[in-house]
Amino acid sequence: MREFFDMGGYAAFLWPSYAVTLGVAVINVIWARRSLARAMAAARRRLAAGADS
Amino acid sequence: MNWTWFHRLGSPPHIYRLAQQLTPWFAWPAAALILTALYGGLVLAPPDYQQGDGFRIIYMHAPAAWMSLMVYTTMAVAAAVALIWRMKVAHAVAASCAPIGASFTFAALVTGSLWGEPMWGTWWEWDPRLTSELILLFLYLGYMGLRGAIEDPQRADRTSAVLAVVGIVNVPIIHYSVTWWNSLHQAPSVMRLGKPQLSLPMLWPLLVMLLGFTLYFVAVLLVRLRGEILLRERSASWIREVVGT
Repeated sequence: MREFFDMGGYAAFLWPSYAVTLGVAVINVIWARRSLARAMAAARRRLAAGADS
Repeated sequence: MNWTWFHRLGSPPHIYRLAQQLTPWFAWPAAALILTALYGGLVLAPPDYQQGDGFRIIYMHAPAAWMSLMVYTTMAVAAAVALIWRMKVAHAVAASCAPIGASFTFAALVTGSLWGEPMWGTWWEWDPRLTSELILLFLYLGYMGLRGAIEDPQRADRTSAVLAVVGIVNVPIIHYSVTWWNSLHQAPSVMRLGKPQLSLPMLWPLLVMLLGFTLYFVAVLLVRLRGEILLRERSASWIREVVGT
């Protein structure tokens, strides 16, 4: 197990590269869902405003 | 010839519903493929005879770089379609691509740097491949900045689409930079004519990872696309149905 995490001495370069790429992948999912939720909220506000006038 | 399918592609409610239905069909296979490829790349693949375990950075660096180029190409094609056929949905696709592409270009540059330091002895070199990839990041950021700076959404769509189309010239430059110029960066090991240079136990996790990230891109794009479509549809009655008020 220790040997696996050591990655033949490349751990300091290898694990950050995995963290950055997979981190970017996760963040994109969060960003996408948030941007959709924001657009839906804006659409609801527009509909409500339109209904009132 | 029947063109109904083409007109339906331009129909926002149709695309909105289709995007919603298709998302899980891309998201779950993408997750399964990426997890499989992680196991294959980190555990099953043997160490490289020159780079030892350090070569395993390829399983993150190559997909990130692939995303940076594939997403840009998608964005530029969508922008061109939007300009030529005045298709609102295509503008929405292009706008959805930019943040995804920019973030993966950033990841490609960072992982490249993390690979360059132990193998080349430098974090950064003003090398053709590295420099053109950095320009790609600036193109994405310029595209997003331009969109943000123009208040009228239709003008923002059209102006930024022109930038996206013109910027496509950088994509072949990045791809062929390692062949055209004397580059520190290694030549392509998968995307080349003839046989790939990696042995099968090293190659399959990379191919599975590339496929996984491609499906992942489609899934994220479809979620973003729905939001972009909603922003562009002002007073359509179908919006009431989908946002549920």
